[in-house]
Amino acid sequence: MKNGINSVFSFARLGALLIKEFIQMRRDRITFAMMLGVPLMQLVLFGYAINNDPKSLPAALVAMSSDPYTRAMVSALQTTGYYRFDHVAQSAAEAEFLMARGDVAFVVTIPADFARRVERGDSPQILIEADATDPAVASGAISTLGTVANQALLRARGMQETAAEAARGQLEVVVHRRYNPEGISQYNIVPGLLGVILQMTMVMMTSIALTRETERGTMENLLAMPSSPLEIMLGKVLPYLVVGAVQVVVVLAAAKLLFGVPFTGSLSLLLAAVLVFVLALVLLGYTISTMARTQMQALQLTFFFFLPSILLSGFMFPYRGMPGWAQIFGEILPLTHFLRIIRAVMLKGAELPAVATEIGWLVGFVALFAGVALVRFRRTLD
Amino acid sequence: MNVIDVHGLVKRFGDKTVVDHVTMTVAEGEIVGFLGPNGSGKTTTIRIMCGLLTPDEGDGTVLGFDIRTDSPRIKREVGYMTQKFSFYEDLTIAENLEFVARLYGLKPLDEHVAKTLEELGLTSRKDQLAGTLSGGWKQRLALAACIMHKPRLLLLDEPTAGVDPKARREFWDEIHRLASGGLTVLVSTHYMDEAERCHRISYISYGKMLASGTVQEVVRNAGLTTFVVQGPRLDQVAAALGGRPGVDQVAPFGATLHVVGSDKKELEAALADVEKEHKGVTVTPGETSLEDVFIQFMSGSKDNMG
Repeated sequence: MKNGINSVFSFARLGALLIKEFIQMRRDRITFAMMLGVPLMQLVLFGYAINNDPKSLPAALVAMSSDPYTRAMVSALQTTGYYRFDHVAQSAAEAEFLMARGDVAFVVTIPADFARRVERGDSPQILIEADATDPAVASGAISTLGTVANQALLRARGMQETAAEAARGQLEVVVHRRYNPEGISQYNIVPGLLGVILQMTMVMMTSIALTRETERGTMENLLAMPSSPLEIMLGKVLPYLVVGAVQVVVVLAAAKLLFGVPFTGSLSLLLAAVLVFVLALVLLGYTISTMARTQMQALQLTFFFFLPSILLSGFMFPYRGMPGWAQIFGEILPLTHFLRIIRAVMLKGAELPAVATEIGWLVGFVALFAGVALVRFRRTLD
Repeated sequence: MNVIDVHGLVKRFGDKTVVDHVTMTVAEGEIVGFLGPNGSGKTTTIRIMCGLLTPDEGDGTVLGFDIRTDSPRIKREVGYMTQKFSFYEDLTIAENLEFVARLYGLKPLDEHVAKTLEELGLTSRKDQLAGTLSGGWKQRLALAACIMHKPRLLLLDEPTAGVDPKARREFWDEIHRLASGGLTVLVSTHYMDEAERCHRISYISYGKMLASGTVQEVVRNAGLTTFVVQGPRLDQVAAALGGRPGVDQVAPFGATLHVVGSDKKELEAALADVEKEHKGVTVTPGETSLEDVFIQFMSGSKDNMG
């Protein structure tokens, strides 16, 4: 620096580091395969597997009589798509046993006096017991019930007109399911998966990459030669940025081709956001590798970040369902912001102003991680 | 001008003083051996000299550049060979050299690499992965990579550990060839025969520099007396000698015993007693070797590595 040699940055030295890194990547076949194979495998696996709104759930029917009203009720429940009556229990005890064993998710009990009460005009009752050990399973099936049951009953009594008459002048609630009218889980899951896959592979790969140099003793040599911390950092970060780009293309193409996820927003806006996100991730990985002494420690630290990222970012569970402190925690995870951006851009067609705040967060993470990494790295010289 | 000129270097890790007021000068074209037991601070001292570590106290220059402020310049002009092989095992010999050549900005690249391969006899193996090389070849690659950018100073940290005698001999011939061309070399080692191939040696133990000079000077300054004992049942003689006042070292050398002490009179008295007690034993004055001196140093200094 002082003597006219630029010791902070030179493209030639960065080039040397990049070429070396790419050769190593190419030689490490398993890692290379993992970089491309893992995202595709996870996308297909999770994309097809995860469903937040399960349908056709096994149900047991306990019907004391087989009058027309009971039959109408059963067929109405079946047409909602949530119930699949594959057990007919003779007694409440038998139904109870079926549910305890996990054979059925619902037990629908229609009492013997159901028809009589309908005809007499008393308020008739049916009992639906749901296995709520997993609340998500039961919620969709239960929420549709009220309306479905009433309509079925009126239809069975030939009273549709009366119902329409009665409804006139009453408050009508109109619900639009925007951006995903059919409530298809994959529209939510697949874009989210891009974030999760990037989060996992990018942080893991970079966190190992630098630690490997320390562990194998090559770092000492690297430092004894004229390479600056900035060059070493970029030399590690840029190759993984390229890997991330390839993963993005693979996942987006699969989202379109395999899952038909609509892409309503601007591709360039999304790619710009992905770039910032991936940069934040590789820098996070790099920061981890300045702290970890062994590759094993680096992996452990990576997972320390990975789990909260999946659980608190809104990927698996609704962000708004979390208590305030957990939401704050979610805010400090890059994945949270990326998920908002990608869902907004892909599904809602959001433009830059709508996602500017979130992109701002990601830029902030990039600056933070880069700063920490450089400071931490200098210290490892001593 | 001295190529290495450092004063009062101190380096502490936690509450351990690994380098304790080390002063050292090395003149241009010299080959200086840096000796001392494991954990004595050799590697740390070398790392301070090439700018990898900042000393807690002390200062100095390497090649005229300040070790505290000019480490980028020092790194460009010094070739540092680490104790552990520190090139990329998943790169070939040629790729490793290309990497180094690019980092130093050597142009034209191919010419430099080809020339270095040729000089060190690596051409036939240039496409072999470094990880598959034997110890001797790895060391040759490391040396090649260190001298490719024509450094003015070579810092070699135990370069011949785990290398067979023939490869060691070749390595030292190479070092002397380089030094005759004006290169200055500081080399740390455990081997006495290697120390004797150096122009000068410095002995460091537990962070402190204990002796410096030519081999003859170091041996003479140590002030040790050595006797050679011959005769039957030397194991019993050795047992009888051990622990007597004046006897510092008793070491079997083939069919003889080397007995070393720092107080000549006490040592002679002890030997005279033993000669009387054991029949057929003869005592003759011997030559103190560098190894005797080092062992004396090692038993005399306290271990600070815990």
